[in-house]
Amino acid sequence: MRSTDYLMILIFAAVMLTMPLWGPLIDAGYPDIMQRFAVFGLIAVGFNLLFGLTGYLSFGHAAFLGVGSYTAVWSFKLFTMDVIPAIIASTIMGGVVALILGFVALRRSGIYFSILTLAFAQMMYSLAYSVLTPLTNGETGLQLALDDPRIIDRAMGINPESGLPSTSFLGFGVTSGDNNLLGYWICAVIAILGFYIALRINRSSFGIMLRGIKSNQTRMSYTGLSARPYLITVFVISGMYAGLAGGLLAAVDPLAGAERMYWTASGEIVLMTILGGVGTMFGPILGAGIIKWLEAKLSTFNESVVEHALAFLPDSIEHSISVVVSKFVGEGWHLSLGIIFMLIVIFLPGGVMEGLQRLTRLVGFGKKHSQGDAAVRAPAE
Amino acid sequence: MSKFSRRQVLQGAAATGAALSTPMVLNAASHGYTNDPTKSGKLVFGFNVPQTGPYSEEGKDELRAYELAVEHINGEGDGGMLNTMTVNGEGPALKGNGVLGMKLNYVTGDTQTKSDAARASARKMIENEGVIMFSGGSSSGVAIAVQGLAQEKKVVFMCGLTHSNDTTGKDRKRYGFRHFFNAHMSGAALAPVLKNAMGGERRAYHLTADYTWGWSQEESIKNSTEALGWETVNAVRTPLKTSDFSSFLTPVLNSGADVLVLNHYGKNMVDSLTQAVQLGMRDKMVNGKQLQIVVPLYSRLMAQGAGENVKGIYGSTGWSWQLTDAGSQAFVKSFGTKYGFPPSQAAHTCYVQTLLYANACELAGTFDPAAVIPTLEGMDFDGMGNGPVHYRAEDHQCFKDVLVVKGKDNPSSNFDLLEIVEVTPRAQVEYDTNLYAGDLGPI
Repeated sequence: MRSTDYLMILIFAAVMLTMPLWGPLIDAGYPDIMQRFAVFGLIAVGFNLLFGLTGYLSFGHAAFLGVGSYTAVWSFKLFTMDVIPAIIASTIMGGVVALILGFVALRRSGIYFSILTLAFAQMMYSLAYSVLTPLTNGETGLQLALDDPRIIDRAMGINPESGLPSTSFLGFGVTSGDNNLLGYWICAVIAILGFYIALRINRSSFGIMLRGIKSNQTRMSYTGLSARPYLITVFVISGMYAGLAGGLLAAVDPLAGAERMYWTASGEIVLMTILGGVGTMFGPILGAGIIKWLEAKLSTFNESVVEHALAFLPDSIEHSISVVVSKFVGEGWHLSLGIIFMLIVIFLPGGVMEGLQRLTRLVGFGKKHSQGDAAVRAPAE
Repeated sequence: MSKFSRRQVLQGAAATGAALSTPMVLNAASHGYTNDPTKSGKLVFGFNVPQTGPYSEEGKDELRAYELAVEHINGEGDGGMLNTMTVNGEGPALKGNGVLGMKLNYVTGDTQTKSDAARASARKMIENEGVIMFSGGSSSGVAIAVQGLAQEKKVVFMCGLTHSNDTTGKDRKRYGFRHFFNAHMSGAALAPVLKNAMGGERRAYHLTADYTWGWSQEESIKNSTEALGWETVNAVRTPLKTSDFSSFLTPVLNSGADVLVLNHYGKNMVDSLTQAVQLGMRDKMVNGKQLQIVVPLYSRLMAQGAGENVKGIYGSTGWSWQLTDAGSQAFVKSFGTKYGFPPSQAAHTCYVQTLLYANACELAGTFDPAAVIPTLEGMDFDGMGNGPVHYRAEDHQCFKDVLVVKGKDNPSSNFDLLEIVEVTPRAQVEYDTNLYAGDLGPI
């Protein structure tokens, strides 16, 4: 690891750990959205290990997320409400499913790999939605129930007097109570750890091998190296990140629905990574933050909110503007996301990170930071 | 040139973490209840309804009713049911100046008819917008999911439209209240009418929306029709997202069934009924009898969607704008004045729930759920449609008259599509609280 890497992890940790302080400034200081920033940042980091380093575009990462969530909820139902076993189990399950899929899908590359992963994820979604209803509770979603066995909790005599228990971390409630930040701290600390591990992988000889695969796989095989074991390994690691993220989602809100495995969810992870900057360390996290923030804000604006905001304009103008604007907010917020995405891809192919680099160069810090630039820029094609 | 060693980084991170977690520990020790409006100075209700998805028509009508309720509570408009309601034998405690002297505000959210999205939206309301109560529904799956959240966050959830027995059965919660009727009551009300109209020897085929509400309604209708001597040939589950039911409908014709029960709601029901009629099912003779279709849970919005096809089809409904009691009339009048058309049963239940909660706060003299919940439990009220109603304390289920309706043969307008066949008295639909056993949990 270079000193710039330490600087990066330091910056990231500082940003994550101070979020409850600066979050309210962008109307994002409440646990739900901060947890989403951390969890989706984590999954984007894991996705970027695969896509950014090897160039293999997986369109099925939401399947691992879903598997992680279901595993965690089952761990709550069968064993204990403590989040630690749930998180470990969901990470492992994410890896196992990734191993199975990777074994099949990594026989192909390029567009064929993408389509295989997409098909697999849709298959997993259909299974969860209808075929495996006893395991996933279908449309209703897997939830805690009063008659869950919770073997370990019951053996230890931990049982609520009445009603459902809530998830706990070494005895402290994760979800219960008013504005409880424990759930966020767990997500944030794990996201920082995940970021640190990703940095280490990035710098390791294993990471260099992955970049070799991206730049020219044929050359790699001519030198006598088989790329497949490396690809499967990184695919499993990436799946474990997604499984872990799914487990965290369930830990802060013990419910798992098939919706989070739908192909649009997989697409969202790809969008996050590209929006932020493929192959950069910070980019995917930034992309995840931007998309989750926009989702939380834009999707809740409805026509009346827009009309209220434009109330200072004359009636006729106000009406015509609000008709246009309301198409881009509320349920139509994906339209805004699409436009932002197109603008970024056309004008800033390197994502938001490239934009930031151009900005710093414009301001005149270019020379000083040239070494830092090289460290975060995507490896050459 | 390492400016930062690993140790320094770890030390820094640990120190920051420790410093930041201090307020959390202090916070946990403070007393009071979630989102106390007297502390924040702002009273907010959250309305979490499906604005997209198969139940969005119902959701939009619910939202209209909520807006109307907020107006009336704040003393605007004509007051609606505030002029007719009585609680425990007395007039409303609400004075038309908000609740406990505070002006009522509201925020809205979109559940997308998905449990995940609904919980995220509800969490945002509770954690960010500071709502003291939230309401909504249109899917029992969603209602049950957010009711669990309400219990965890200790914020009252007044269910909107949710018809599954589980909502106040096995998934009942101390913080959740349901005014709407349920599948058990539909079965109890509908079965005798069906027997009169179709006879005691029928073979039924169920098509069921594949989630908690569908399962629970299928079970209830099966039980009550089998008690009459009907036979159930088959029960097939259909995914909620289905819009083409033809592959589910064709097997019905070859099954020897002479009654088709559609345990569908919203757009699902509009699609399946329309397609069944298009397949010519209503003209078929099976076992020497006319093939009949039954839609156990009916609503006017659905009848509007299905148009001509609802003629002569039986079902049950929680409330209808055609009821002539003073409460219903007052509500229909103020809703019609504001929006230009009559309200649906979903709008009715949401409107009543909002008034009941606000009135209970006023009665309790505080917003603290520890006092408001016991006020709602066991409450008797009248003048809000359906005659005298009782909020049962053991499972937070309301008991009131249920309407059995039939698609009208000669509707006079687009809103006059259903005729009331029978008003089933409350006593006939009441059941033991342990029939669907559950645990309310702590306050």
